[in-house]
Amino acid sequence: MTVKRKFRLRNLPFTILLLLLVFFTIFPFLWMISTSLKYDAQVFTNPIQWIPNPVNWNNYLRVWQDIPFLTYYKNTAIVSVCGTALQVLCCSLAAYAFAKLRFFGKNALFLVFLATMMVPWHTIMIPQYILMGQFHMTDRLVTLILMQAFSAFGIFLMRQFFMGLPNELREAGKIDGAGEFRIFWQIMLPQATPGIATLTIFTFIGQWNDYISPLIYLNSPELYTLQLGLKMFAGQYTMQYALTMAGTVCAMVPIFLVYLIFEKQITQGIAFTGMKG
Amino acid sequence: MISRSIRKNRRYTLRENLTGWVFLLPALAGFLFFFLLPIIAGVMFSFSDYTGFNLDSLQFVGLSNYQKMFSDDYFLQALRNNVVYALLFTPLTLILALFFASTLNRVVFGRKFFRICFFLPYISSMVSIAVVWKLIFNPTGGPLNLLLAGIGIAEPPKWLMSSNWALYAVIIISVWKSFGYYMLILLAGMQTIPSYLYEAAEIDGASSFQRYRKITLPLLSPTIFLCIVMLLINSFQVFDLVSVLTKGGPGYATQVLVFRIYTEAFTYSRMGYASAIAYFLFLIVLVITIIQFIGQKYWVHYE
Repeated sequence: MTVKRKFRLRNLPFTILLLLLVFFTIFPFLWMISTSLKYDAQVFTNPIQWIPNPVNWNNYLRVWQDIPFLTYYKNTAIVSVCGTALQVLCCSLAAYAFAKLRFFGKNALFLVFLATMMVPWHTIMIPQYILMGQFHMTDRLVTLILMQAFSAFGIFLMRQFFMGLPNELREAGKIDGAGEFRIFWQIMLPQATPGIATLTIFTFIGQWNDYISPLIYLNSPELYTLQLGLKMFAGQYTMQYALTMAGTVCAMVPIFLVYLIFEKQITQGIAFTGMKG
Repeated sequence: MISRSIRKNRRYTLRENLTGWVFLLPALAGFLFFFLLPIIAGVMFSFSDYTGFNLDSLQFVGLSNYQKMFSDDYFLQALRNNVVYALLFTPLTLILALFFASTLNRVVFGRKFFRICFFLPYISSMVSIAVVWKLIFNPTGGPLNLLLAGIGIAEPPKWLMSSNWALYAVIIISVWKSFGYYMLILLAGMQTIPSYLYEAAEIDGASSFQRYRKITLPLLSPTIFLCIVMLLINSFQVFDLVSVLTKGGPGYATQVLVFRIYTEAFTYSRMGYASAIAYFLFLIVLVITIIQFIGQKYWVHYE
């Protein structure tokens, strides 16, 4: 429900206040971009020199030459894209079963899944890592992907969307002779696009920004993800402020683009999180 | 008659059962392998002296890991720090989020622009913002201390380098990063409040402050309560910032529970003890969740 809002002059102070607050909120980002275009000697000047003089574009070149950023990008893309695809597929299948199918143990299993939302990942990270070690699955990107097959949040979210779809759709498909999987794939799943979009974006961002699981699972530098690489590189080049900032900008840009493109779905997804409580 | 028809409904054909479980299979496999098995193994490890190398040499030591926690100064320090973190992070983030949401709710032009700006910190990875804030907090030339010196503070804090200030520096970054998320939840909550309530109050001559206190806050209270619960739970899972910025230091100033688990497990190979702390963390989250379930009953306002 959208309320039509009239412009009122007395709202003007709030707009000005917000503009001021915006500056404080995005200050670190502005400072990061400005610093990434400086020479190290220009970084800690007083007062802050917002537009560098001279501008040093060289930092961006060096990020890609001196540091295996391309490898980090590739690894992160593999883990994020495959992990997200796996999660969306597995969660949609399970959610559809919970929303529309009839089978033994349905409600009990759903409760068990919901209960796992309470268990922090940090509680199971050690036994999980030890068990994966027994199966020789540590230090491999595929483990980080497979871990995404189950998500209680994903199942819960998708179930809400499937429950909103009319049963008549399913019956119509049955009359036309479609099997249950075909009904799911060709009739129901396309109807749940808003849910799929939300889950895809949230999982993708979560995977792209994930730090602790790559930190625990990956040892070989050639498997490092962007977050791990950025941390290592910031630790090695502690005194090269401008270069570090250029690297950080490069690591942030893709996720900012994803956010700007899918801003609407993200905001709606968060509103949904608030409603469920 | 009725009970029989219900029972008939509950009996499923083999085909129905099979279809249902096939649809569930991929997610269920992930659940069993990556969640249930580790949960069970973790309980077992927490009662053992397992060091992470040879499963055959595992010895059960009863409750001693759990007892050890309460005489372990490092753990107690981490718990204390984490409680301080939770008690500051939760109200500060909530107040900021509520303030921004309320202000944003009144603005007509540029709502989307403001929303995007306030949400940017949340969407960025913890590692990147940690790297940026490390420079902003730089004691000698960082922009924050330049600003503080500019407004006449002679000896600004050394932030991440000072054991008195490091935890507060971490809290400041966390609040800055998180408030945008809770702002959006609260904003969504505010927009479900029907506008006729405000119009009626306005006709009755209620001031805008009265309308906020008597309409917005009470009707928003379930959402606020949910935010508090989420913030508390997140407080006890803080790790990334500490790991990138301070490694728990200086000294033990920024030790927190998850960092303690990580260090015990992967630096000292005390998997058993680390698992015990991990289950203590679960206990904290469980207690907060139970409070949520009980609190929900009392705190939900119906129109």
